[in-house]
Amino acid sequence: MFENLAEKLQRVFKNLRGEGKLTAENMEAALKEIRVALLEADVHFRVVKQLMESVKQKALGQEVLGSLSPSQQVVKIVRDELLHILGSHTSRLRLASEPPSVILMVGLQGSGKTTSTAKLAKFLVKQGHRPLMVSVDVYRPAARQQLAVLARDIQIPIYEGVPQESDKPLELARAARREALQSNRDVLLVDTAGRLHIDDELMSELQQLKELLNPSEILFVADAMTGQDAVKSADEFHKRLGITGVILTKMDGDARGGAALSIRTVTGQPLKFVGVGERTDAFEPFHPDRAVSRILGMGDVLSLIEKVEQTIDQKKAEEMQRKLLDNEFTLEDFRDQLKQLRKLGPLESLLGMIPQLGPLAKELKKIKGTDQEKELTKIVAIIDSMTPKERSNHMIINGSRRRRIAMGSGTTVQDVNNLLKQYTQARLMMKQISGGMLGKKFGGKMKLPSLDAFKFR
Amino acid sequence: MFRSLFGSTTENEPNLLERLKQGIQKTRAGFVSMLDDALHGKKVIDADLLEELEYSLITADIGVRTASEVIESVRQRVDRHLVNDASEIRSLIRQHLIEVLQASETPTPLVTEPPAVVMVVGVNGAGKTTTIGKLAHRFKAEGRSVLLCAADTFRAAAIEQLEVWGQRTGAEVVRQRQGSDPSAVLFDALQSAKARRIDYVIVDTAGRLHTKANLMAELEKMTRTAKRVVPGAPHEVLLVLDATTGQNGLEQAKHFTESSGVTGIVLTKLDGTAKGGVVIAIARELNLPIRYIGVGEQVNDLLPFEPERFVESLFETS
Ligand SMILES: Nc1nc2c(ncn2[C@@H]2O[C@H](COP(=O)(O)OP(=O)(O)OP(=O)(O)O)[C@@H](O)[C@H]2O)c(=O)[nH]1
Ligand SMILES: Nc1nc2c(ncn2[C@@H]2O[C@H](COP(=O)(O)OP(=O)(O)O)[C@@H](O)[C@H]2O)c(=O)[nH]1
Ligand SMILES: [Mg+2]
Ligand SMILES: [Mg+2]
Repeated sequence: MFENLAEKLQRVFKNLRGEGKLTAENMEAALKEIRVALLEADVHFRVVKQLMESVKQKALGQEVLGSLSPSQQVVKIVRDELLHILGSHTSRLRLASEPPSVILMVGLQGSGKTTSTAKLAKFLVKQGHRPLMVSVDVYRPAARQQLAVLARDIQIPIYEGVPQESDKPLELARAARREALQSNRDVLLVDTAGRLHIDDELMSELQQLKELLNPSEILFVADAMTGQDAVKSADEFHKRLGITGVILTKMDGDARGGAALSIRTVTGQPLKFVGVGERTDAFEPFHPDRAVSRILGMGDVLSLIEKVEQTIDQKKAEEMQRKLLDNEFTLEDFRDQLKQLRKLGPLESLLGMIPQLGPLAKELKKIKGTDQEKELTKIVAIIDSMTPKERSNHMIINGSRRRRIAMGSGTTVQDVNNLLKQYTQARLMMKQISGGMLGKKFGGKMKLPSLDAFKFR
Repeated sequence: MFRSLFGSTTENEPNLLERLKQGIQKTRAGFVSMLDDALHGKKVIDADLLEELEYSLITADIGVRTASEVIESVRQRVDRHLVNDASEIRSLIRQHLIEVLQASETPTPLVTEPPAVVMVVGVNGAGKTTTIGKLAHRFKAEGRSVLLCAADTFRAAAIEQLEVWGQRTGAEVVRQRQGSDPSAVLFDALQSAKARRIDYVIVDTAGRLHTKANLMAELEKMTRTAKRVVPGAPHEVLLVLDATTGQNGLEQAKHFTESSGVTGIVLTKLDGTAKGGVVIAIARELNLPIRYIGVGEQVNDLLPFEPERFVESLFETS
């Protein structure tokens, strides 16, 4: 697992504590780490370069705020800069005053257009709209059928055309719009075939569609795993069509999603939604703050908390969050947290979100699938064999207590020692986090927002 | 000459080379080598030049670490005065990258008894189904019998998509209904292929992100099923990787290799402007060979991978 940027920077600045200013010298090593983190996240080379310049300018000579370490200060500057680029709020969809509004979905092959079309339709229905979908992908085998199947699943109407009649994209689109008008549908979602930005013929087809439909939104659907090429494709789609927004798909994986920054930089258009799974309800508004911490490799703590919230009851989640912040993190909490983690599903995906679990996470990552479960069971057994007193204060667990615990849990003293070591390390890590990235000291903005803030649906 | 799972087949090489060239160049009109530019402008090797080099490597998605290592090795030679001429740097780097790719080349396993089972895996939308169509076409052209197994039972109309490829290539498709157990479809397909001594079974699987443990376990189960019906199967497990993928490609390769024993990579969508440089990191770290490249959406657009050509294309600007 990546050492997260906060940890790296902490290391870089370790010897610089007490210095009141960020200087060219103490900044250099830090900037290097940040640069690597951004490039590893697939942010485009040029975009990174620009970013480094502006971060440097902003940072130089800045007084380190009383409560911040230099590393925290730098992270804050970078973070603010990224937030500034990505925009600080979620954008809404623009709809035409005269229905039907047309939303055109465009992008490279396999980026997720068809799935996102269905997701967006469902989203619109929830908002009280009456969408109609149409696929004008007459090229990929069974592409239109794919949308038809999805439409049936989500029970939203689709215009399928007249069999044996024309299958030209423009004619299909025209007929679909007519259908939308006649059946009193207020939004027409047009799924198009994936195409390369350098395919001149197919790109002009999109331009013709745009001319015909006068869409109120042209959404560029991009895969979160996209690398450096994102700037080229996004740039070309934007030049040809004037895209009005971006949907970033496959964010349920572990891609850091730096392409979001690249795309936003070259097009200037806002990211509007993210796709977080294959099912049609795995669709969310874009949250710049989450994207930023993910790009920086800080772990998607916010998404984790949200997931936790969905699975665990609200009270428990709040309690866990408070403890995380207040550093009252006992062995008991440690055990509960592990148990909860297990309830949440595949461990790997969770660990991806919380590098902050620190050494323990790293260890667990090394162990595979079922072994991981075993390891967890072992840890839980060990903690279960402790007395409540021991659980709330690990300092009292001496040699003879360790032997007793090992006996009681059917493990070895070595296992118990390991666990205690992992726990103290995890605790230390938490302390650093709560005093650092997520800490209260970090100014209002960096504080873990209250859980209510996550409710956007 | 192209080596298939049943041994070598002679193929019209010039033709192949032509297509490769077209595939790679079709879209890169008027290419000027960035590196050439960089090198012709200057004679001295300085920090600027090294940054130019880094630019070329990183924007090709080779990754910042791999790029740094490559450049560092060059820098050391420069420092030791082993390289005097800036133009030598280019060939040094090229050579280095070619060696990395060659070192990971492994021959396709030989299958003596049909069916040879090729399983195709990868993340969502990478190009698996299309690649299968192209592979079927290729094997058919070698005079082999081919059966396609529609084991993507999850995605909407995935089965129908594969069926179209079956029609296009004259390959039979074994399918069940959407939502059925992929291992069950696989079992059917293999039984049928075995009984009828079909040469190739190519298995389409649902796209899945490598972070989803349950879906990766499903793949493991499929490999076990394959082995039970056909000893030694799957003989080849191809990971399909989209050339536009950035550094996540390495994670994909790691996880798919762990769970389903990937034996080779197919790099698709090289007809765009993306370079697919992450395969260099994959070759270095995982020793996985790149078997084919995809250069379009038609049956002919699948070409054997050639390290030299690939490395050359990394430095072409488009
Ligand atoms: N330009 C180009 N497009 C390709 C290539 N290979 C596949 N595609 C396109 O990429 C898209 C996705 O391809 P599929 O074959 O459906 O990908 P898949 O991995 O089977 O996708 P899922 O099953 O949905 O995960 C389709 O539009 C294909 O036509 C290629 O080499 N070049
Ligand atoms: N895991 C995941 N898969 C997705 C997401 N969005 C789309 N997909 C999958 O990606 C593949 C390509 O999607 P599709 O909508 O057909 O892409 P299109 O070719 O651009 O229309 C399909 O397998 C989808 O199920 C997402 O947000 N997460
Ligand atoms: Mg589609
Ligand atoms: Mg497929």
